[in-house]
Amino acid sequence: MTDSQRGLDAKLAWRRGALALDVDFALPPRGITALFGPSGAGKTTCLRAIAGLERGAAGRVSFGDTVWQDDAHRAFLPAHRRRIGYVFQEASLFTHRSVAGNLEFGFRRAGRPAHLDRDGLIDEFGVRALLHRRVGALSGGERQRVAMVRALLADPCLLLFDEPLSALDALARSELLGCLERLHAKLSVPMVYVSHNIDEVARLADHLVLMDAGHVVAQGALQTTLTRLDLPPSLAGAMGAVIEGSVVGYEAHDQLIEVDFPGGRLWLPYRHEVVGQALRCRIGARDVVLATAPGGGSSALNDIHCRVVAMADADHPSQCLVQLDAGGCPLLARITRRSWHALALAPGKEVWAQVKAVAVGA
Amino acid sequence: MFSAQDLQALWLTLRLAATVTVLLLVLGMPLAWWLAHTHSRWRRPVAAVVALPLVLPPTVLGFYLLMLLGPEGAVGRLIAAAGLSALPFTFRGLVVASMLYSLPFVVQPLQNAFEAIGQRPLDVAATLGAGPLDRFCSIALPLALPGVVTATVLGFAHTVGEFGVVLMIGGNIPGQTRVMSMLIYDHVQAGEYHQAHVLSLCLLLVSFLALLAMSLLRPGRHPHD
Repeated sequence: MTDSQRGLDAKLAWRRGALALDVDFALPPRGITALFGPSGAGKTTCLRAIAGLERGAAGRVSFGDTVWQDDAHRAFLPAHRRRIGYVFQEASLFTHRSVAGNLEFGFRRAGRPAHLDRDGLIDEFGVRALLHRRVGALSGGERQRVAMVRALLADPCLLLFDEPLSALDALARSELLGCLERLHAKLSVPMVYVSHNIDEVARLADHLVLMDAGHVVAQGALQTTLTRLDLPPSLAGAMGAVIEGSVVGYEAHDQLIEVDFPGGRLWLPYRHEVVGQALRCRIGARDVVLATAPGGGSSALNDIHCRVVAMADADHPSQCLVQLDAGGCPLLARITRRSWHALALAPGKEVWAQVKAVAVGA
Repeated sequence: MFSAQDLQALWLTLRLAATVTVLLLVLGMPLAWWLAHTHSRWRRPVAAVVALPLVLPPTVLGFYLLMLLGPEGAVGRLIAAAGLSALPFTFRGLVVASMLYSLPFVVQPLQNAFEAIGQRPLDVAATLGAGPLDRFCSIALPLALPGVVTATVLGFAHTVGEFGVVLMIGGNIPGQTRVMSMLIYDHVQAGEYHQAHVLSLCLLLVSFLALLAMSLLRPGRHPHD
């Protein structure tokens, strides 16, 4: 693996059916980058192009110091030599092989690298009991777990996950999200994670590439990108703050936990968290109400003191987006223009953000 | 029960069918793969040519082959110029003619099987580090196995049963080109109905057993797949 500070660089343009794609992004060499956007934005096609499976895509792709594709120099490294770990939307296991045979496929071709902890991965993803099963007898969640271990065992230098949870039921999805979070913590190779589920993205990603209609509309760190004011209306539902805090208390009587984050404190419903645990949560722009005075006469439990940074048009002419700063944490509120004027809000003004709902994971 | 000439014809027929089937599998595999994956504008014309023997009277095919391979034919002259003996009325000629005649019975099941696999498993294998030949051997071929079995059985059985092409290009030379179907015809012409019965029953059994084997060799259906 390369140790340079460059990750994946891609600049590609092509047509696929009615969609004209033109993407240009640079991803960091560590962490999970989410490729997020509405359905039909071209995310999957983009991922396939990175993998070298989309021969129509023209341009340049490089990873670290290795050039994967450069049409100006007629260079193209085929998919099987790019050392990628690809997990498809549907598990796509080989039906003529057992679970163990599937895992073995990439592991053997990678030369059974000694640095890969094969048994550890098998246990981590809970597939040990499935090893001798036929692929056809597995549930959707089991198949996807096998597909992930199979991809990891191919000793990839880049992981490409294409909506791996979208075909699963809620239980399997939350189980696998847990697996992916643990994987994230010790992952040494970068991952591109395609999703159209913002809660999934908020829980896993470090970086974000936002796509719409075949184009990259914004990219950068997760927190700052999702609180930008210049995103297209199709992404309105995703806008909001992602905060990282830790659980500092639990009140059994009210079944609430207390979460500390740089911008203040939040009370959230208890869901088996333990004190001391790190927690990521998302506060959607539509779930924030602004007030010019703290507390009082409201059922909203959470009241965060912050300062108005900027205001911009929202996806409807009656609404506006207000960017806030809570002790260094960016927050976003979507309120009516009438309220903006009625409260005489302006950049620099002190406000209290009342949070109606917080999403903790999926 | 079998006379010496019966056994000779039986042996010749099996040898012909086996040779033709093996050669067709080897040559038909790349052709079927190409037909299943190409976006070339030649795909449809080529597929139509491959399918021709399905609808063409075997005598027509045999007649053109005779013209083409004969000493005055274009291919025949080339063969003669290369210093090789002429193909008509030889076992080799019969092999060439039978291959053309049985081509669709081998290529079409293979093509259907390759198409049914789709691109996905091959893409997955590529991302797991398998090169093109590796993908063909470790993914496409095992997944297409039912199609390969069908192609083998149909190719073999169809070659065993041919008559018109053999009549035109093979003639009726004992030990060289006199296959079972020719011999049955001879027996009937000579009024030897008993021998004709025995041989016909033989072919009937071979055909039935081939089709039975085909369905038995197919991997069973699994309700969860």
